[in-house]
Amino acid sequence: MNLPDFDYYIPASLQDACALLAEKGPGAKVLAGGTDLLNKMKHELMAPEVLISLKKLDQLTSIDYVSGKGVVIGSMATHNAISNSSLLQEKYLSVCEAAQHMANNQVRNVGTIGGNIVNAVPSADLPPIFIALGALLTLVSTNGERVMPLEEFFTGPGKTHLAPDELLTGIVIPDNSFTGSTYIKFGLRRSGALAVVGVAVAVEMDRNICKDARIALGAVAPVPMRAKKAEAMMIGNAITDELLEQVGVCASTECNPISDIRGSEEYRRDMVRVFTKRALRKAINNGHV
Amino acid sequence: MQVVVDNNGIKRYLVTLNINGDSYTRVIKANTLLVKFLREEIDLTGTKKGCELGDCGSCTVLMDGKPVNSCIVLAVEADGHEITTIEGVAQNNKLDRIQESFIENAAIQCGYCTPGMVLSAKALLTQNPHPTEQEVRTAIAGNLCRCTGYVNIVKAVLVAADEQ
Repeated sequence: MNLPDFDYYIPASLQDACALLAEKGPGAKVLAGGTDLLNKMKHELMAPEVLISLKKLDQLTSIDYVSGKGVVIGSMATHNAISNSSLLQEKYLSVCEAAQHMANNQVRNVGTIGGNIVNAVPSADLPPIFIALGALLTLVSTNGERVMPLEEFFTGPGKTHLAPDELLTGIVIPDNSFTGSTYIKFGLRRSGALAVVGVAVAVEMDRNICKDARIALGAVAPVPMRAKKAEAMMIGNAITDELLEQVGVCASTECNPISDIRGSEEYRRDMVRVFTKRALRKAINNGHV
Repeated sequence: MQVVVDNNGIKRYLVTLNINGDSYTRVIKANTLLVKFLREEIDLTGTKKGCELGDCGSCTVLMDGKPVNSCIVLAVEADGHEITTIEGVAQNNKLDRIQESFIENAAIQCGYCTPGMVLSAKALLTQNPHPTEQEVRTAIAGNLCRCTGYVNIVKAVLVAADEQ
């Protein structure tokens, strides 16, 4: 399968990349790992005239702790770089685990977190855990930089608030007081499968009392979504099996899944109930896993 | 990256890839996929085309030691990188122990997935000389085999690891 012709640029600086993106207009696409974009081009779902590669922007591959800010992950960090990052393994193993269960090893070596987010696939594995942890995106254009909560970034399947001349440069997990977090992906195979349901949670526990909780669901709505009513049921309350069941039921009514080849709406809703409960129990008992 | 524009205004890019230790410089269009570059420019046809969408792993090569699907990597993006194909696994006319182990353990049937399997296994054992069975299965999860059922492939990799 061949690719159509396109013009290719490989800018050496972020400034050059932004300037190119502004100059070339909506016919230009940013090339990160390409694991999604090149497939779409092969299928003629997308025919960009220009690809702007971010490969030379080494500063976008770093994963660092920045004091007073949080964990900053460059948009060009690959899934395996995230999964193998000692910093993330120590602070948010849940993020490493989510990256580790995406696609397969070959794709994880190339596919980037920036691409995973910007493509806005409803079943993407990384957005839910980052939304649960309150992550912020750094978006850069020739007009400067803006910061947007990941939760507000998506507008529909394949659609986001990213302006045509903007680049996603990084994802920040701000310092927080969550005591645990996790992402459970439910797919039909252990590898190379899209999520039928993905549930990410982050909790702050004070002994058995839940002080804060965030539940982010993937693959069950046009965009990754928070189950805010379910979250509210937990905050300030002692955790019991009954409460977790009620929270799961609530999340299953809040989501808005479709029926497709991987599962029916009804099935997805029930799996949201089951996996919300399991994810909460895991994060409450085991920390960031 | 040096750009060459021909009389028809078509742009080509000067790239140099290190493949199995040898340096190859070519002038190519940006839409040349790495798998096509290897098979058609360099005549290294051990790298197989399967799904051509990054799902099956037949086209697996190592890029700087890491397995990647060469059907969804642009050759221009591999400029300056070290590529290992299946042709680069045997050294001095001697098969790698992973290749020997695949033969001894009957881990090959039609053979189409084998180059990719061997390279995924090679990358795994370089990084993790004594993997568990689960780690082997995870490492080759992106390499689909439609013949063997994987049992002998996993066994071959584990035996090769034991022999180290």
